[in-house]
Amino acid sequence: MTEVSVTKDAIPPGADDLVVLKNVNKHFGALHVLQDIDLTIARGEVVVVIGPSGSGKSTLCRAINRLETIDSGDISIDGRPLPQEGKELARLRADVGMVFQSFNLFAHKTVLENVTLGQIKVRKTGKAEAEKKARALLDRVGVASQADKYPAQLSGGQQQRVAIARALAMDPKVMLFDEPTSALDPEMINEVLEVMQQLARDGMTMVVVTHEMGFARSAANRVVFMADGRIVEEATPDQFFSNPRSDRAKDFLSKILKH
Amino acid sequence: MNVLTDNLSLFREGFIGTVELTVVSGIIALVLGVIIAAFRVSPVPPLRVFGTVWVNVLRNTPLTLLFLVAFFILPKILFPDMDSFVLGVVALGFYTSSFIAEALRSGINTVPMGQAEAARAIGMSFTQVMRVVVLPQATRAVVAPMGSIFIALTKNSAIAGSFDNVDLFNVAKTLSNDGYDIAMIFLWITVAYLVITYAINGAFRLLEHRMEVAR
Ligand SMILES: Nc1ncnc2c1ncn2[C@@H]1O[C@H](COP(=O)(O)OP(=O)(O)OP(=O)(O)O)[C@@H](O)[C@H]1O
Ligand SMILES: [Mg+2]
Repeated sequence: MTEVSVTKDAIPPGADDLVVLKNVNKHFGALHVLQDIDLTIARGEVVVVIGPSGSGKSTLCRAINRLETIDSGDISIDGRPLPQEGKELARLRADVGMVFQSFNLFAHKTVLENVTLGQIKVRKTGKAEAEKKARALLDRVGVASQADKYPAQLSGGQQQRVAIARALAMDPKVMLFDEPTSALDPEMINEVLEVMQQLARDGMTMVVVTHEMGFARSAANRVVFMADGRIVEEATPDQFFSNPRSDRAKDFLSKILKH
Repeated sequence: MNVLTDNLSLFREGFIGTVELTVVSGIIALVLGVIIAAFRVSPVPPLRVFGTVWVNVLRNTPLTLLFLVAFFILPKILFPDMDSFVLGVVALGFYTSSFIAEALRSGINTVPMGQAEAARAIGMSFTQVMRVVVLPQATRAVVAPMGSIFIALTKNSAIAGSFDNVDLFNVAKTLSNDGYDIAMIFLWITVAYLVITYAINGAFRLLEHRMEVAR
């Protein structure tokens, strides 16, 4: 059955599918966290992933750059299947930017160094060039004046914007965001969302796990609703928020829209 | 007769012997310790097993027993005619490497996992993640315990003195055989050990201070 859908959905080479997950399954022990996930993300598309806690959103995100291995199925990025652990995989990861809930900046490096490190160590860019690009990116996310500070000296919102700049410095083909604003104080959420919105307008391909409806409505091309390790519903933001089809989604939306 | 002034050159020889044993086995221990600590946190299961076995075997074996193995068994099966200095620093270095690996591993555990993940996510290899992100931060947490390990190593090096190496301990034995007052010998030998251990202590204090200032 999968075979059939695979051939049916098969897309001629050169088509603009950037991230393709086919029949992906993953277990944590007895827990079936990802169940037959099929998901295709086109170049330039912004997909918001939404769903109750424990539904597997983070795991899905992390599987896309293989921070989490999968048990079966295929994941490919820009037409290339995810390689095994090693040099190949490292190269692929460099093409996939990731922004974490807890920022995860390198605490012993300055803000500027956080953004140059990957360029220098992974892309082998010269130091001067890397710094120039880092400063431009820090300017773009609005923290240029903090370049010489250490992460601990920055607010959460600033740290997250630095983390976005760090990911962008690798010129990623796609950016993954796992609840980028969940750890932030309310007054800092917008400054991060604005950066992400700008990124979306600039045509970046993005997968965003978030419960920020405002962002989903204004920036997303598509909303993917997950529950219990499955993709339950996919729709445009308008369709999804005003007229969800599944009971799970209705139930979930009624809960989060209450507060 | 005065033990110290009569035997100044012997004391000097012993002092240098102890310093040499400590420095060379310290370097061996440091290099091996870093490698073994990396093994223990590596994503490759056989390396993790190797690291665990290494640490558990060496850390739980009495050092004297390791010396017996190094001096009486190793030459028989592997390296005949090995110099006693080499055998001594190998035994000391291997033994101490297990303590260093453990100290480093606990230091590595103080570095938030997320940072290593972020480093992997921008495409760094495992070695780069360790070298650039994890170890520099782990080192901060590890400087103080590392100082204690090197001081213990200095004292442990005395065992090499009873295995054919000329060090402070060995000199003490020689002098007591020569009939000098044992109390005086021990006084001066102790002073000499204290000079070395205080120097190590001071160096690590300095290092600790430097690292605090650097951030
Ligand atoms: N390393 C792990 N080992 C075992 N179980 C795990 C692990 N990581 C996640 N899980 C479990 O897998 C399930 C899905 O986790 P995941 O983090 O993907 O959910 P999520 O949708 O991101 O939830 P949240 O909204 O709380 O972040 C959860 O039940 C979680 O407890
Ligand atoms: Mg999550």
